[in-house]
Amino acid sequence: MTLIQEIKASMGIFEGARDGAYGMLAEFPHPGALLHAAEETREAGYRQFDTHSPFPVHGMDEAMGLGNSKVGFFTFAGGLTGCLGGALMMWWMGAVDYPINISGKPFFSIEPSVPIMFELTIVVAALATVGSMLALNGLPRPYNPLFYSERFSRATDDSFFIHIAAGDAQFDREETAAFLRDLGAQHVELIYEDKAVDA
Amino acid sequence: MDNRTEHSEGPNGHDNFHERPRLVKGGLTFNDITELVSYHAERKTPKAWFAAFAVASSGAVLLLAMLAYQVYNGVGVWGNNQPVAWGWPIVNFVFWVGIGHAGTLISAILFLFRQQWRTSINRAAEAMTIFAVICALIFPTFHVGRVWAIYWTLPIPNQMEMWPQFKSPLLWDVFAVSSYFLVSLIFWYVGMVPDLATFRDRAKGFFRKRILGFLSLGWTGANRHWRNYEKAYLLLAGLATPLVLSVHSVVSFDFAVSILPGWHTTIFPPYFVAGAIFSGFAMVVTLLVITRKIYSLENLITIDHLEKMNVIILVTGTIVGFAYITEFFMAWYSGLEYEQYAFLNRAFGPYAWAYWIMMTCNLVTPQLFWFKKLRRSIPVMFALSIFVNIGMWFERFVITITSLHRDFLPSSWGYYTPTMVDVLTFVGTFGLFFTLFLLFLRFIPIVAMAEVKTALPESDPHHYEGDGQAAATSDRDAPYIKPSQGYQSYRGGRQGTPLSDDDEDSSAA
Repeated sequence: MTLIQEIKASMGIFEGARDGAYGMLAEFPHPGALLHAAEETREAGYRQFDTHSPFPVHGMDEAMGLGNSKVGFFTFAGGLTGCLGGALMMWWMGAVDYPINISGKPFFSIEPSVPIMFELTIVVAALATVGSMLALNGLPRPYNPLFYSERFSRATDDSFFIHIAAGDAQFDREETAAFLRDLGAQHVELIYEDKAVDA
Repeated sequence: MDNRTEHSEGPNGHDNFHERPRLVKGGLTFNDITELVSYHAERKTPKAWFAAFAVASSGAVLLLAMLAYQVYNGVGVWGNNQPVAWGWPIVNFVFWVGIGHAGTLISAILFLFRQQWRTSINRAAEAMTIFAVICALIFPTFHVGRVWAIYWTLPIPNQMEMWPQFKSPLLWDVFAVSSYFLVSLIFWYVGMVPDLATFRDRAKGFFRKRILGFLSLGWTGANRHWRNYEKAYLLLAGLATPLVLSVHSVVSFDFAVSILPGWHTTIFPPYFVAGAIFSGFAMVVTLLVITRKIYSLENLITIDHLEKMNVIILVTGTIVGFAYITEFFMAWYSGLEYEQYAFLNRAFGPYAWAYWIMMTCNLVTPQLFWFKKLRRSIPVMFALSIFVNIGMWFERFVITITSLHRDFLPSSWGYYTPTMVDVLTFVGTFGLFFTLFLLFLRFIPIVAMAEVKTALPESDPHHYEGDGQAAATSDRDAPYIKPSQGYQSYRGGRQGTPLSDDDEDSSAA
């Protein structure tokens, strides 16, 4: 797997198989079953899989073996940029480019600069947070083969899904489908790049 | 939910956490929540909505007309005149900014404190924040007189090769309020993405599908996404918390950094922040008492939610009242006769009527919330929240006008009165506010569905361990408030769709 493919997989954008299969989608009745199934899927050696639920399921990151999110680093970098950039801007504009003497106040000093430095810290950090969240998630992603599944429209309502990508080294149509059924899947579908069929 | 997995050998899954009273009443399922919230955006627009929208948008048009009139004729059409250079426009600005604060408090600060009851009300409260800040920004923008030069307040290169004066508290305010608007908008939208995806997946029409598809960014509820999303949401809450406290502090610097008796006090930042939260919660109660009734959300926005907000109103109202008294003490203790005069003039001078309206509405009437019965009574809380809104407007009026109208030179003393344009502009901002709020109620998921679902015990994966059943049904007998007739027939029509029937078939497969 190339580095690009690996990064995309971390966003949940998986490579399809040669025959046009994208992955196996299994529906589970409730978050407890989903968490259990995700643990078992990882145990069985699958790596390129994702779970879909209408709300974040507690403990799922550990079950899927995902580490801590990296958004925080970008937030910190953004905050630092905003704070120092704000100070630099006020110093250059007020003391270098066009100094104006007002009541003999210093052209630049830290005290009156604090509020604007603070506000810019927050704004740039917030923009960096959202920007990095979208970038790390590979969003916006208008096209997704999973949308071909009728049932999948309930992943944002009250249904719980596991999707094992066809690109996973261990993926096998029959075996993976049987494996998911053994885990208690209510319904298993094979997703192609352009359609979804019952498996 | 009869299809349970085999891994249920562990001890009974529900612990003390689940013994707590339910936040969502009536034993709603995940799907019930989706349906209850989506219904309002998906059904045919009710006639009453059009009627309300007609009234509100007339107000917005009135605002536009008044602003056009003001731009054409100049600031002289308002009642401001020396020494009262800050009349109603600044009073209204502070009033509207303050209202916004409750939304961020509910969405960010209560999130950090893990107050799950916020999930039912945060979307509407954040919407209120954004609309209130829009209304607020109108006033200073037009108060500068030459609205076409307002971009001079931003560090944008211009033909004069000049930069803004960063040492001025007024400029701090530009940065504080616009940062606040931007961050609130981002926070609101990020929180809404999963719910927009829910709407997208239910959408029928061609355009509705595509517009929602665009706005929901291709969200599929993937756990790889939730992981970064939850972290980002937590960080945004962490950023919005100091921001909301800073915004009204900076607004108070507009006053406190000057050397005017009555304004030049160090108590202003905390006192303004408490007042902002106080007025904001009152506005949330006013809006939600009506909304939950009309939109049959009584099971999601329960009387317990309203009671909690009333407790916050009681606490912050008392803090504000305490600050009023402290100001008097400080004036006396300072030994400064100008300071002392400014405060005596406030309470017993020509504007005493405004002062005592403020005292009554902000300190006295909220004390009724000490009684549980009154705290949980819809008519009482509605009336009191209106009183608080009035009282907090008068607080800003008292601070601004009474400190200015008698300056150091008695020859320039006078009595400030607003003009008709002042009054109609202020009325117009209410029109704009309600126009935006009605559009929100019509098109946007008014309750954060994904977040409310996490407040159900069923969302905890360990809920299904052990017998599970007991915890699932323990609160089923909680009072379920029947929604409106329209919703019931809508719900009835949807039952038996192929999607919900398939569950039984597939378990056999």
